[in-house]
Amino acid sequence: MSFLRRHELPPLLRAIHDPPRRLYLRGAGDTEMLSRPAVAVVGARACSPYGTQVARMLGRELAAAGVVVVSGLARGVDGEAHRGALETDGHTVAVLGCGIDRNYPAGHAALAQAITERSLLVSEYEPGVEPAPWRFPARNRIVAGLCAATVVVEARERSGALITADFALEEGREVFTVPGEITSALSGGTNALLRLGATPLTSAADVLEGLGLEAQPRPATTHPLLELLPATADELVRATGSTPGAIAAALAELELSGLAAEGDGTYRALA
Amino acid sequence: MLARAVTFALVGLEPRRVEVEAHVQSGVPAFTLVGLADRACQEAKQRVRSGIKSAQLEWPGNKSTVNLAPAELKKEGSGFDLPIALALLAASGQIPRERLGEHASCGELALDGRLRRVGGVLGVAEGARRAGLERILCAYDACAEAALAGVEPVGVRHLAEAVAYLRGEAEPPEFIAGNGKPRRAPLDLADVRGQERARRALELAAAGRHNLLLGGPPGIGKTMLARRLPSILPPLEEEAALEVTRIHSVAGLIDPEHPLIGYPPFRAPHHSASTAAIVGGGPRLRPGEASLAHRGVLLLDELAEFQRPALEALRQPLEDGEILVARAAGSVRFPASFQLVGTMNLCPCGARGDPGAQCTCSAQRIARYRDRLSRALLDRFDIVVTAPRPRASELQAGRGEGSDGVRARVVAARLRLAEAPPSRTPAADELLTRAVEGLRLSGRGRAKVASVARTIAALAEAGDVEPEHVAEALAYRAPPDLAT
Repeated sequence: MSFLRRHELPPLLRAIHDPPRRLYLRGAGDTEMLSRPAVAVVGARACSPYGTQVARMLGRELAAAGVVVVSGLARGVDGEAHRGALETDGHTVAVLGCGIDRNYPAGHAALAQAITERSLLVSEYEPGVEPAPWRFPARNRIVAGLCAATVVVEARERSGALITADFALEEGREVFTVPGEITSALSGGTNALLRLGATPLTSAADVLEGLGLEAQPRPATTHPLLELLPATADELVRATGSTPGAIAAALAELELSGLAAEGDGTYRALA
Repeated sequence: MLARAVTFALVGLEPRRVEVEAHVQSGVPAFTLVGLADRACQEAKQRVRSGIKSAQLEWPGNKSTVNLAPAELKKEGSGFDLPIALALLAASGQIPRERLGEHASCGELALDGRLRRVGGVLGVAEGARRAGLERILCAYDACAEAALAGVEPVGVRHLAEAVAYLRGEAEPPEFIAGNGKPRRAPLDLADVRGQERARRALELAAAGRHNLLLGGPPGIGKTMLARRLPSILPPLEEEAALEVTRIHSVAGLIDPEHPLIGYPPFRAPHHSASTAAIVGGGPRLRPGEASLAHRGVLLLDELAEFQRPALEALRQPLEDGEILVARAAGSVRFPASFQLVGTMNLCPCGARGDPGAQCTCSAQRIARYRDRLSRALLDRFDIVVTAPRPRASELQAGRGEGSDGVRARVVAARLRLAEAPPSRTPAADELLTRAVEGLRLSGRGRAKVASVARTIAALAEAGDVEPEHVAEALAYRAPPDLAT
């Protein structure tokens, strides 16, 4: 286990107004990774299937384009962003709100382990420090501080993800927001950010452009079902007139090719 | 004088011969019942005394002792009333002893001497047949049940009738043999509108005897669908029907007019059920819901609300098809090869998966809710389907296909699976391998997909399992957030 002293911190993080005294590191990833272009992907823990899929897709596409995906290892959006990044050859950094030796939440122990294999877990807290509610906002300033841009995927009106966005704005970093449904409480925070002037994000390319990077071209898809998504399997049966069995088979093929994903019964295109 | 009547005690489902010995001798009038009789059985003394007097027979006014042998076997319940009364009457010379010895008997006496039906008559009758006794004396309305065992039932309504018959003074009333036509529950799949995927999953579950988990917000018809699963299952074969009837008989659940259970039983215990209620046991070693659902369907509605120990106890029968209830005095085996159907909401508030409602559950609450099901139990579900709330337009659609049509396909597919199970083509194998890597399927997950794919192929009347069958089976795997 190693740590960086304040003067060793990556430049972006050193530039914030109260940088951590020390930054503990865990994982096989190179420390140099922290100085590479990074984007924070944050959002609600109890996110909707939509949030899950957007976070995963952003994590994957940003990492594939060579951006380090930074998040907080929490359930929901954070975890999905890490997972998406791990699906590629790219890198991801998880900032913990507890001692560097702890895996919190416990349900993400396997995810944390996967991150240490190629990337990094970081924390400003020495080993043994318990997670505490007031440590998470402090952790969020590091998430925002490490990154040139922050993407908020889904957030309720008083979400911790908004704290991250606030830190980013204070430091003059870019904030992107994924637009959500106006009827959903999970869009309350993100829509408020949009009203305040955050840039709406409609694809990973929006962020990458600002960083001077290019998105990896997506494989061209022509599957007719993709155009009908999001939809439930039953809706597709009725829209296409196919049998439930044929629709199920087609959807499973799309899932296997990484072109669609199911959440709570609704299939969405991952494009 | 000494006399003996024969009956059978059930240990689990197994009949054990019990000799009811009565000894009437001179002495201070007293009535003693020995031979490890439980409370209900001890109370036989009062019922037998009143019953004999009500039948205008003579109560042996001397010192009477009744012994239930073998003495180390626990005797439970009220079925011993009739043999006790008959043994006493024979010992006091009121009925011929030899004739009594040719009959088995069982039944509960009312205070006025009438005979009541008890549970387990089928088991007692089977014990009689195996012991070489050709006739069984029992309550009149238990005749049809006793006849299933292949012995001749002598049904009597009153103790006096039994005595008259044994004395050779009167023939017993003729009984009308139970018809062999049990009834099916009047639920039809045509009542379910929309829910194409869930209906398909139900058909697959029926054809392949797969365990099925239905998820979705409340009110979308999960329970309604699950309750219609028996309507698309083929009727039971004769041997199986008898086996099921035996279990239900012990639990006292037999319809006296239609004793044979010819259709797959359906059991839906409430989620407050205890472990003993579900897997069986308890002080009287009764079969639990899992055994009552043997060769049928066990529906656990609101799966996540069940007590965790009760659910975990189901893992053994799901694996072995039977339940071994172990007691200090020995163990009892109940068959429990059932098809498990579970329903659950996607979150504790129920709004998840419902576009018209807002789920207010925190991430931890959802995780806790799903954690109530162990990975090991979820692993036993071969088909997992999440059904979202249908739109209003779906509900206006006409009635769906009826159960009869679906059942015909299910029967054909089962025949095909039994006679010539389709095997995977190389292309299907390759897809399965790709899925194991791409979707991170476990070994058991792979086996489940393979088995469901075989059912899909059989339903499609295909000779081989093609890639499209594997692909469809993949769509019914457990979602990763439920499986981890």
